[in-house]
Amino acid sequence: MNGNKEKLVIIGNGMAGISTVEQILKLSSRFDITVFGTEPYPNYNRIMLSYVLEGSKTIDDIVLNDLHWYEDYGITLHTGTTITRIESETREVVTAEGLRFPYDKVIIATGSSSFILPVPGHDKQGVVGFRDIADCNVMLEAAKQYKKAAVIGGGLLGLEAAKGLVQLGMEVTVVHLMQDLMERQLDPQASAMLKTELERQGIRFKMGAQTAELLGGERVEGIRFADDSVLNTDFVVMAVGIKPNTGVARESGLEVNRGIVVDDYMQTSLNNVYSVGECTEHRGVCYGLVAPLFEQGMILAKHICGVDTAPYEGSVVSTKLKISGVDVFSTGEFIDSPEHTIISHKDDWKRTYKKILLRDNIMVGAVLFGDITDSAELQKLIKQQAEMTDELYASLMGTGCGGHKKATSVETMAEDEIVCGCNGVTKGTIVDAITNEGLTSVDEIKACTGATRSCGGCKPVVEQILQYVLGDNFTAGAKQGICACTSLSRDEIVAEIRQKGLQTTKEVMHVLGWNQPEGCSKCRPAINYYLGMIAPDTHVDEKESRFVNERMNANIQKDGTYTVVPRMYGGVTTPEDLKRIADISVKYDVKAVKVTGGQRLDLIGVKKEDLPKVWAELDMPSGYAYAKSLRTVKTCVGSQFCRFGTQDSMAMGALLERKFERLDLPAKFKYAVNGCPRNCAESCTKDIGIVGNDGGWEIFIGGNGGIKARLADSLCKVKTDEELVELCGAIMQHYRETANYLERTSEWVERVGLEQIRAVVVEDVKERKALMERIEFALEQVEDPWKKALRNEEGQNKLFQGIEVSARP
Amino acid sequence: MTTQQSAIYYPAGEIEEFLPQIGRVVEIKDHELAVFRTSDGTIFAAENRNPHPKGGPLAEGIVSGYYLYDPLYDWKIDLNTGLVQAPDQGQVQMYSVKIENGQVWIAL
Ligand SMILES: Cc1cc2nc3c(=O)[nH]c(=O)nc-3n(C[C@H](O)[C@H](O)[C@H](O)COP(=O)(O)OP(=O)(O)OC[C@H]3O[C@@H](n4cnc5c(N)ncnc54)[C@H](O)[C@@H]3O)c2cc1C
Ligand code: SF4
Ligand code: FES
Repeated sequence: MNGNKEKLVIIGNGMAGISTVEQILKLSSRFDITVFGTEPYPNYNRIMLSYVLEGSKTIDDIVLNDLHWYEDYGITLHTGTTITRIESETREVVTAEGLRFPYDKVIIATGSSSFILPVPGHDKQGVVGFRDIADCNVMLEAAKQYKKAAVIGGGLLGLEAAKGLVQLGMEVTVVHLMQDLMERQLDPQASAMLKTELERQGIRFKMGAQTAELLGGERVEGIRFADDSVLNTDFVVMAVGIKPNTGVARESGLEVNRGIVVDDYMQTSLNNVYSVGECTEHRGVCYGLVAPLFEQGMILAKHICGVDTAPYEGSVVSTKLKISGVDVFSTGEFIDSPEHTIISHKDDWKRTYKKILLRDNIMVGAVLFGDITDSAELQKLIKQQAEMTDELYASLMGTGCGGHKKATSVETMAEDEIVCGCNGVTKGTIVDAITNEGLTSVDEIKACTGATRSCGGCKPVVEQILQYVLGDNFTAGAKQGICACTSLSRDEIVAEIRQKGLQTTKEVMHVLGWNQPEGCSKCRPAINYYLGMIAPDTHVDEKESRFVNERMNANIQKDGTYTVVPRMYGGVTTPEDLKRIADISVKYDVKAVKVTGGQRLDLIGVKKEDLPKVWAELDMPSGYAYAKSLRTVKTCVGSQFCRFGTQDSMAMGALLERKFERLDLPAKFKYAVNGCPRNCAESCTKDIGIVGNDGGWEIFIGGNGGIKARLADSLCKVKTDEELVELCGAIMQHYRETANYLERTSEWVERVGLEQIRAVVVEDVKERKALMERIEFALEQVEDPWKKALRNEEGQNKLFQGIEVSARP
Repeated sequence: MTTQQSAIYYPAGEIEEFLPQIGRVVEIKDHELAVFRTSDGTIFAAENRNPHPKGGPLAEGIVSGYYLYDPLYDWKIDLNTGLVQAPDQGQVQMYSVKIENGQVWIAL
């Protein structure tokens, strides 16, 4: 420890405390910092616990500052240590064990605890709050042993907990006192839509229910309500609210209301003692979200380091529910009252709702459901207290069909305004990172500043800032050399090909200065693909730039034999075809016939030189099991045979497969089509998953069951088959044009954002048509590769037959 | 040429029978070779066995300059020496080749 530095003690190793420390470290090195935290972990991102519960993140993923970080900055961290009081006469903090540590300044950042309803039985086993890693672990364990869970509280936290438990396989009922879910963030309309949507996702609800008692022996077995009705359950999560942790402050004689009372510089009633975060009460308000605590932390950091700062004047808070497929957003004032002018639009078919509240024509709040594309924009306008104008109205509410767009600039945003609420990143930090570090993509900004790292809600604004700072140099997507042969990014290469009209991989590498003149196994196939995507009619495919499978139109196996997979449109075949497949398998002595995950037959172990004969005798279209192209369209039985089916999934599957087969895509591509929401063909793990419903189809995109499993996102619903085909085409072409080579849609959707894709293929009708035209044009150029190879006998020999040297030397 | 004293050249076909940058298997006696024609017309002959511990063929790899990227594991192999490039390790047996009047001869 450094004797002449001021001793700064932080009580609470959570999000507020550490973000304040981060700010202080940026401003000054005059403090010798010691942090105390009750939890046995370094600082982690509490809001991501919902993802841990849901299974999409692990606890390791959500650590914000690991132990090295503390070491690097010379911060002494005491985990598993609770402070009980501050003694101002001796200037010491005292731990629960009675140890004392001196301080010059103290920041209390103790956060809050789950509020546990004081009903009889609340202390039984199997009753938890949802606050920290320990709670999360209890839930993960419970889900392994028990079936039924009840979540008391239908707010943000309760719903996220409920979704997580459903995901873990439990049968979950949300018990809510009010008639409306998230009544503190949503108006009754949005709330009702939310409930319907969550019911679709398998959550049950018991509304207007007041918990009177938890039943059971040692362990909870049920809930009795005020009306004497009973809900049986094995597990109860209380998510009814939070209670600021003010114990330390009270013991130390600080002024405490609901929270620890502070002034506009986060100063408590005791000299040299400050407080930030959820434990704090400022101008009568205790906040329960992260954005305010970052704003508070920033002001406190400046104040404590003696840097001039504006006072903290409170925060406008926004809410976003972190449940996939359920987009809900609210900001500012959201409940109608007589002094508001309300602009609203509710669409029961698309299940979207948008409401903007004005007071004296100033925007003061908004609620969005179903489509939250405009959330970032609205949040900004409301912070700026923007006045509603005709132009703004048109851009926000749309003028008739598809007329929707144009964001106002981020220019007017203050430098210290928080852009990423989850991680407390300001506009200034992002702008600095872009200019000082030369960043050119959202991914780089994420790596450098942490913005967009959590809920992703701030991504549109981050993108706008990037665009604004870079001006003309802005290119969408990541700038990364695509391989070791070049420093150019995918987007730059594609732009150069278009601009300079480059025709072959060799030309591209030559003109764009590759450092290995013929490229490598990474860039050659990629460039070959980009060339074909840009000029489908004139590009001559380069077999030598194709990976072996695509060159041979069969899948190489580890012993050098190949697998042949004929097409079976929509997974449907005929007895005649089966017979032929069987005969040929016998004749060519294939090692195995395997039913694949995509509903067709693999003939495994065909010798290379036999491939053309096998194709000829099969006389079936190639299944493209080897290609970066449409592989299979998995279908369920559908309305032709299934008693639940509302749509003819088999026919639609076959139609889509016929329409889009053979086209080169950035990566392999799979579809599933289901006749009804029972989803027997598992569309949630497909690039495009289609679910039939009574009035049409719902389209999901970006699913993946492979290396990095990902559930598909709901993109939109359509009413007719024509619309369905058109949207599928537009999605595929947009993906063709914007994805990196080998980038699956699961990564693509995450990189470019569901909203962006929706804006292009769903909302922008003109662009959708244009995409469809381009894919139709490309589709006109394709041809079955097996037939093509069979026609070209000479090439076929050179490609498939070896040379046997029998002659003597 | 002392090391090649015992080497015997076998005729492996016309150079045109080898597509540029696409390998072809040539069997000479009981040896299976992968023969590559680079973009400048040079011919290389390698034993058609992947130096990777799991083995497999080489002929189907991607050819760039005088390098081969193997088809199964994407190792980079120098066709002049047969040496696998870092970070991987290994060596492929290479054979001498000569071209006379468009005829490819490979020495065993
Ligand atoms: C599951 C979940 C999901 C959430 N989702 C969102 C979201 O989507 N958006 C959003 O804005 N907010 C969300 N929040 C709220 C957000 O996490 C909190 O607002 C934020 O963490 C508050 O930060 P804090 O530092 O004030 O408190 P905390 O992060 O709770 O940190 C306080 C720390 O102090 C420690 N501590 C307490 N008393 C003592 C003591 N006496 N001595 C030593 N240490 C002590 C505690 O153990 C704790 O680690 C979510 C919260 C949860 C639990
Ligand atoms: S998804 Fe629906 S229609 Fe298709 S098989 Fe399952 S239940 Fe039947
Ligand atoms: S606001 Fe959640 S990640 Fe930025």
